[in-house]
Amino acid sequence: MSKATTAERAKNRKPGTFSRLIKTLFSFYPVLLPLVTLGVIVCAVINSIGATFLQRALEVISTSWQSGDWEAARPQILSLATTLGCIYAVGVLSSLFWNRAMAIVTQGSLEKLREKMFNRMQDLPIRYFDTHQRGDIMSHYTNDIDTLRQMISQSLPNLLMTIIVICTVFFIMLYYSVWMCLVIIAGVTFMTFMTKLLGSNSARFFIAQQTELGVVEGHIEEVMNGQKVVKAFCHESAAEADFDERNEKLFEVSQKANMYANILMPILMNLGNLLYVLVALAGGIFLALGVPNLSISGTALSIAVVVPFLNMTKQFCGQIGQISMQINAVVMGLAGADRIFELIDEQPEEDEGYVTLVNAERNRATGQLVETDKHTGLWAWKHPHHDGTLTYEELRGDVRMDHVDFGYTPDHEVLHDVSVFAKPGQKVAFVGATGAGKTTITNLINRFYDIADGKIRYDGININKIRKADLRRSLGVVLQDVNLFTGSVMDNIRYGNLSATDAECIAAAKLAGAHDFITRLPEGYNTMLSGNGAQLSQGQRQLISIARAAVADPPAMILDEATSSIDTRTEAIVQRGMDALMNGRTTFVIAHRLSTVRNSDVIICLEHGRIIERGNHEELIAKRGYYYQLYTGAFELE
Amino acid sequence: MIKTLAASVRDYKKVTIATPLLVLGEVICEMSIPFVTANLIDSIKDGAAVADILPTAGILAIIALCSLAFGAAAGITCSHASCGFAKNLRHDLFYKIQTFSFANIDAFSSSSLVTRLTTDITNVQQAFMMLIRIAVRSPLVLIFAFVMAFAMGGSVAMVYLIIIPILGFGLFFIIFKVRPIFARVFHKYDALNESVEENVTGMRVVKSYVREDHEKQKFARAARDVCADFTRAEKLLAFNNPMMNICVNGAFVTIIYLGSKIIITSQGTLFDVGQLSSIFTYGFQILMSLMQLSMIFVMVTMADESSHRIVEVLNATPTIANPTQPVTDVADGSIDFDHVSFKYSKHAERQALDNIDLHIKSGETIGIIGGTGSAKSSLVNLVARLYDATEGTVRVGGVDVRNYDLDTLRHQVAMVLQKNVLFSGTIAENLRWGDASATDEEVREAARLACADEFVDGFSKGYDTWIEQGGSNVSGGQKQRLCIARALLRHPKILILDDSTSAVDTKTDAKIREGLATYLPDTTKLIIAQRISSVQEADRIIVMEGGRIADIGTHDELLKRSEIYRETFTSQNKMTAEAQAPAPDDTELEGGEAHE
Repeated sequence: MSKATTAERAKNRKPGTFSRLIKTLFSFYPVLLPLVTLGVIVCAVINSIGATFLQRALEVISTSWQSGDWEAARPQILSLATTLGCIYAVGVLSSLFWNRAMAIVTQGSLEKLREKMFNRMQDLPIRYFDTHQRGDIMSHYTNDIDTLRQMISQSLPNLLMTIIVICTVFFIMLYYSVWMCLVIIAGVTFMTFMTKLLGSNSARFFIAQQTELGVVEGHIEEVMNGQKVVKAFCHESAAEADFDERNEKLFEVSQKANMYANILMPILMNLGNLLYVLVALAGGIFLALGVPNLSISGTALSIAVVVPFLNMTKQFCGQIGQISMQINAVVMGLAGADRIFELIDEQPEEDEGYVTLVNAERNRATGQLVETDKHTGLWAWKHPHHDGTLTYEELRGDVRMDHVDFGYTPDHEVLHDVSVFAKPGQKVAFVGATGAGKTTITNLINRFYDIADGKIRYDGININKIRKADLRRSLGVVLQDVNLFTGSVMDNIRYGNLSATDAECIAAAKLAGAHDFITRLPEGYNTMLSGNGAQLSQGQRQLISIARAAVADPPAMILDEATSSIDTRTEAIVQRGMDALMNGRTTFVIAHRLSTVRNSDVIICLEHGRIIERGNHEELIAKRGYYYQLYTGAFELE
Repeated sequence: MIKTLAASVRDYKKVTIATPLLVLGEVICEMSIPFVTANLIDSIKDGAAVADILPTAGILAIIALCSLAFGAAAGITCSHASCGFAKNLRHDLFYKIQTFSFANIDAFSSSSLVTRLTTDITNVQQAFMMLIRIAVRSPLVLIFAFVMAFAMGGSVAMVYLIIIPILGFGLFFIIFKVRPIFARVFHKYDALNESVEENVTGMRVVKSYVREDHEKQKFARAARDVCADFTRAEKLLAFNNPMMNICVNGAFVTIIYLGSKIIITSQGTLFDVGQLSSIFTYGFQILMSLMQLSMIFVMVTMADESSHRIVEVLNATPTIANPTQPVTDVADGSIDFDHVSFKYSKHAERQALDNIDLHIKSGETIGIIGGTGSAKSSLVNLVARLYDATEGTVRVGGVDVRNYDLDTLRHQVAMVLQKNVLFSGTIAENLRWGDASATDEEVREAARLACADEFVDGFSKGYDTWIEQGGSNVSGGQKQRLCIARALLRHPKILILDDSTSAVDTKTDAKIREGLATYLPDTTKLIIAQRISSVQEADRIIVMEGGRIADIGTHDELLKRSEIYRETFTSQNKMTAEAQAPAPDDTELEGGEAHE
């Protein structure tokens, strides 16, 4: 589907992308790229001037061929040949230089663009990732970069080359004969017109092909993912009929798209051949009729002028063929560049926070907190004030939300007047249906999103004043959808705290109840995980992610459906580890399995973004309200 | 491999064969143009009158038009042949996959099948197009151009005889050097993109642990490594252009010198200005064809891996196929497992099912309980012959399942799989998967039994409501109920519900079971569930653990003697003591927002 979007983008491209791309490339290689440009120009000029040497050789021939005196002509021909040989040698050297330099420029620029995109992407707010499809983001790194590669390495030098060759050849033509030049211009104009006509048809069907391809690929994906259901319902032949219908449509447009692309070259080439004949004919007629020549050089029209014109015709037509081959690549490349620049231009996550998290120790004499470089296990918020004073506030994990309103879009509020108080060390649980706003609340605490109204305070400090990195470091998060990274099990646990020793990681795994199964893996903690830990069960992956949170040792934690994929009996076993992990930490728990939240200090029931009940398990059961109904199985959460 | 792929050409055989023939015609015409032009030029040089030039010019124009016609025709037949071939290949692959058993699908994985049907086919199509047109054209041009040049220029053309092998060797040497680098770097490149995808997917984790800088460093390291390799490969490829330049220009200079000499010494009898001009044209064409050949070589080797991956699927044998003389009637809904053991693959160390001996009477309702990985699903999958038992026999209606016609068996054994999937289409269309000829009334009846009617009637378009791909626009519980309704339309002798009501509230769950008992009394029902309440009224309950039947009996019996059953029961039912009163009302929550 991403191909289709690139194709669509090709149709409505923003202006200025081309010049921005060129500027960007030059800014990456301010010395090398101008040299490459120079090299291309030198090459193009040298390759075009062969015709003038041919013309001079032919003049020598035409004066001496009837006498057959080779000895007289030899010195002239030899000097022409050696001069040309030397010029060509320069051309080859500059070609060698710019081609190799271009390899560096192309790959280097792509690498720099990739890095620019990736670095910008890391700084984007979560909102960006929630509102863009993963496939769409990915296609920046795959499709778009690939189209740019083709464009930078091939199309750009070729285009420059073509322009220079056409200009040089055009000048040489005028130099020798304006009439002959006009014949060629007329022919080339017609060829350009044909290219445009066929090219635009080809582009139209090419885009249609991408769309149909998207349809077929979508259908294939749907059926392949549901293949087992297809089998279980003996629905194979119906699926086949559906497929054939779409496949046929794809065939029709792709056949047309390819046809136009395929016939373009033979048509151009043979129009070139016709032009070649026409030029020869025109030359013959001019010579035979003795038409007076008009030229910059003032030379008379002779066979020595007509023959080089034939070769120049070939060169001219060849260049037009070149452009026609590059045109698709340029259009697609610019569309790709457009998307890449769009990502680079995205607004990064803003952070106006100035309160930071520092290691601290308590001054024995005064009992006051003092900042230190050592890891003391005691953390403090370093709070600079307007009057220039600094205060240190101990990190305790006291989180309060006061009358918070929030909506993902301004016109649709999903949380209304939510107030939550979590004292240090308390376990606070959120219960409610999908869409009730449970995860939204946790998104606000670590400032993935900013609230619309109300206040959130962490240890009494408004979280807007805390630097985001420090705020998030003070909150451990375990999510329902576990994301593991390619690397060993140990690396994945250490992700929580990059400076943790192996022993600390293993201790964390033990705490999470993950140690047992990890030691039973083929290579224990060194087992390599890939594909988001595909070789592990969902429950095992959740245990690793709990261990990862444990090694980070944060004062507060958010557990969002952290044990949902562990069956009830196993959960009971893991529960001890979880309890140990939560001990002494402020914890926010989201779970739809009520056995997970039973022992919380506070259970908050949410419905449609509002708190409808709060209290501990016993209180809520006694209340006989929403929670009670859930508990007795009157309805199930989805 | 070629043979397997070639079988997909079929109705496009004619155009496939026509293409190279048309290309041959094009090349012959094209190659004779410079030859005839040479004569034209010679006569101009000799001062011929316009009337003498015109016939030759006319012939040339006709040849060029013929070449155009041949070339365009070849372009058209080639596009027909290659797109048709791709269509057939895609068709063959898709149909082949439809014959696959579950074991085949597991072996390939859905996502890899998707890649084979899409990217790989596109690669092979490109290569096919190249092969029947350009790959035919280039060698032909090479040979014809050289022969014509030789016929015309004699010893002057020998220059090309020296250049062709040098250039050919040079080009292929570069390709040979570059290929292994590319092969390696493309793997690294894939890995790089996978790591980006991992990063995008895990962005919440990255941000939560403030690992942005760590990720940036990790990416920069990998990206620079890829860049270094790519640069190395491209720097080698960069020798192509200068090498071409040396050859073209060298030939040009040599021919100017040698040509002039021959023209002058022979006084234009052996070789003349026209031939001199044309021999440059041939030289240019020889070079282009060499360039194209080396490009084709790269393209074809790139498509090679794709073809292997396609052929692998085409040549796979479905592990489950219809017997030669299939039984087409299922007598009743009885199920027997005679000492059945089962492994998912030959190489698996662990038995998924270990010596199961189980006999179920027709019309019985059986509950199945057990922790994750206890092989509950594996057990029921054998009944519909989604997999074959490794040892022992599974019988349905007294007949070995391997003797049934697959359609017959699966029509009588309706399964609601654990991984439920709805397809894009209306609700009614989805339900009719169960029975294509079902009347509206029957569809409604099935929905009512599955308790799906209550929410379907609430939709403004009712049964014509469009379901998005994967059923993403209905909630989990709604999806489960629609899937049950779909299975009920089968009117099966055996109904299997594999954890199919986990997202449905207990009350509705009970109502569905009640409906099944009343309306399908003779149907054997196997119900896998996490919740004890879903199975406790069953005639018998099987407790699975580690691929074995740990115990079997009624709810009361199991409570007394099965430790596992009792533990599961108490972990779920601690509230029974606390909450005796029945629930006051029956509200159901439906998902609204997409943010959780």
